Amino acid sequence: MSFKPDYIRPLDLRHGRVDMNHGAGGRASAQLIEELFVRELDNEFLRQGDDGARLPAPPPGTRLVMATDAHVISPLAFPGGDIGCLAVHGTINDVAMNGAVPLYLAASFVLEEGLPLAELRAIVASMAAAARAAGVPVVAGDTKVVEKGKGDGLFIATTGVGWVDERIHLSGAHARAGDVVLLSGPVGEHGVAVLSQRESLEFETRIESDTAALHGLVAAMLEALGPGAPGLRTLRDPTRGGLATTLNEIARQSGVGMLLHEAAIPVRAEVRGACELLGLDPLYVANEGKLVAVCAPERAPLLLDAMRAHARGRDAARIGVVTDDPLRFVQMRTLLGGRRVVDWLSGEPLPRIC
Amino acid sequence: MKYVDEFRDGALAAKIAARIAREVQPARRYHFMEFCGGHTHAISRYGVAELLPPAVRMIHGPGCPVCVLPVGRIDQAIGLALQRGAIVCTYGDTMRVPASPAAGAAPGALSMIKAKALGADIRMVYSAADALKTARAHPAREVVFFAIGFETTTPPTALAVLQAAAEGLANFSVLCCHVLTPSAITHILQSPEVRRYGTVPIDGFIGPAHVSVVIGSQPYEHFAEEYAKPVVIAGFEPLDVLQAVAMLVRQVNDGRHEVENEFSRAVTRAGNLAAQRVVADVFELRSSFEWRGLGEVPYSALRIRAAYAAFDAERRFGLHYTPVADHRQCECGAILRGVRRPADCRLFGTVCTPESPIGSCMVSSEGACAAHYQYGRFRDAPSVAAPSA
Repeated sequence: MSFKPDYIRPLDLRHGRVDMNHGAGGRASAQLIEELFVRELDNEFLRQGDDGARLPAPPPGTRLVMATDAHVISPLAFPGGDIGCLAVHGTINDVAMNGAVPLYLAASFVLEEGLPLAELRAIVASMAAAARAAGVPVVAGDTKVVEKGKGDGLFIATTGVGWVDERIHLSGAHARAGDVVLLSGPVGEHGVAVLSQRESLEFETRIESDTAALHGLVAAMLEALGPGAPGLRTLRDPTRGGLATTLNEIARQSGVGMLLHEAAIPVRAEVRGACELLGLDPLYVANEGKLVAVCAPERAPLLLDAMRAHARGRDAARIGVVTDDPLRFVQMRTLLGGRRVVDWLSGEPLPRIC
Repeated sequence: MKYVDEFRDGALAAKIAARIAREVQPARRYHFMEFCGGHTHAISRYGVAELLPPAVRMIHGPGCPVCVLPVGRIDQAIGLALQRGAIVCTYGDTMRVPASPAAGAAPGALSMIKAKALGADIRMVYSAADALKTARAHPAREVVFFAIGFETTTPPTALAVLQAAAEGLANFSVLCCHVLTPSAITHILQSPEVRRYGTVPIDGFIGPAHVSVVIGSQPYEHFAEEYAKPVVIAGFEPLDVLQAVAMLVRQVNDGRHEVENEFSRAVTRAGNLAAQRVVADVFELRSSFEWRGLGEVPYSALRIRAAYAAFDAERRFGLHYTPVADHRQCECGAILRGVRRPADCRLFGTVCTPESPIGSCMVSSEGACAAHYQYGRFRDAPSVAAPSA
């Protein structure tokens, strides 16, 4: 009798489903990691198969930046993207909002028993494509499986690290009265694209999510400003809670108010139409590929030009100014000519009825 | 956006505002109540009040369907889901209205959204038709549509009942809390604050937009005449509101009290007769109904006719209505009657905020308190100078 080498039947990526064995830490786990995750996300760090990735030390004159983001979106795929590319873009953007160059990602997957392997592969492939396009590899990962009914198909948590020039200090606490507020493009696309796929709504739309990595745009902005990015106070990506919530966060952190001009805030007609129907305000709808910049007034024209010269900032606009207001109100001059508060989002954005 | 942007034009708004300012007479008073929450929302969201001269004051009325829903009705809906195991379908706004607290719990501790977290099967729907869909999809479960709103949302509920009857859907019913606009306006005009004490001066009304599409402009003629108050029916866009104010100012100046129709692009004198027929087929008047803030108002709400008793959740589950008192310090009642303003309430902005509403006016964005909190609060703080930029 001859010795038979270890043979494992390849994963059935077409009809197979995630089961509890895939999370048990045995052969099935190893097989899922090798045949699906490592194959798709392939890079020199993952290939080593160790418990962690050994990365080069940051060069002198830089500091490390680290950010993490959990993704629990439903449905998993939506017009313009899916949870895979979203998990890559979301964390890259959080690192980039510190003025940093994002370098590496780590990803943890919580899979729900029963998730079709084909669906999982498509999502991991989309993640890999997004990571490659951004030049930020996923160098470490983990997978766990939960019983059916205990997860919404798939949750992904990603963590990113990057380097930032130690002369650059960006923070939501740095805005001061007189500063200018810039926005990189039209708001509300991601949230409307996702809502349009929800079971209870299902409306026809051509709107796609704006999910995108913004570190290229940030690099262009920093380059235009020169070493140390003088005059740039804050970068923030207005994701959950939308533009309104992000501006309120900055106002609170910095102890200032803001005055926006509704007419200057870009919103695509399709997004406005969908929001009108659903009783939502585009200022509170999520974005995944936009940023808000607060800068000194004399730097604004230069910064705006640099943003508009980049593909991710073509429709960038100056939307308002920072004001001296101990009560930290974000106010807006409306299209009609009146004034109103733009408050924090409260609760889930529930549609109005009549 | 075509057909919408025309009604939000800043240049035109400035022109109408200038005309209002010109025509307002110094010796006169112009206090107008906008009945509808839709108008309250538009006024706040677009900052319309700022375009009006000081002599013109807008008083927010009770026309916010979620706001006038008494606690006892929310309790009924939660009870159906928690104790009877029914799937309760509801419009989104209703989810956060505070219900009676469980014994020993703090006020505001229970609402439909919190009952959901306790395991109640409560689902948000966009229409009565979605509730029907849910009933078809779950034939083994009781599905109850929590029907609230004024005359705008009533015809779709009637159609859902007719459709359920036609299909023989055995697991669908409606908890009917539909209320009527004209009886609420009459109630306000007859209130002692308006009639006897004059503490709530009302010089005219902005009449409902969508409600009037259904019932027409004719139902308002009676009280324009009887109570000598001008009514201008207006659309929900900010320019509609401004134009309606301009028309009301003219009526006051001329000493007229007529029903005028600014919203002529959608409202006729007779209204939508087909919708009225469907409503009359399915519903009948209740002799009395409790409104939050207004109390029991005679002939102000609808219930399902005996012919459709199988679809009436109150009959089907043998429900009895138990009125529940509002929080002692909550001023929603007085605010809904126009007696007080949101900032007058001690709870406003302290324990009662959109995150943890105590009163219903803080829940819906059409509620006077929520609209003021979210859009207009800066006016209460004189220290904030109007920034120029």
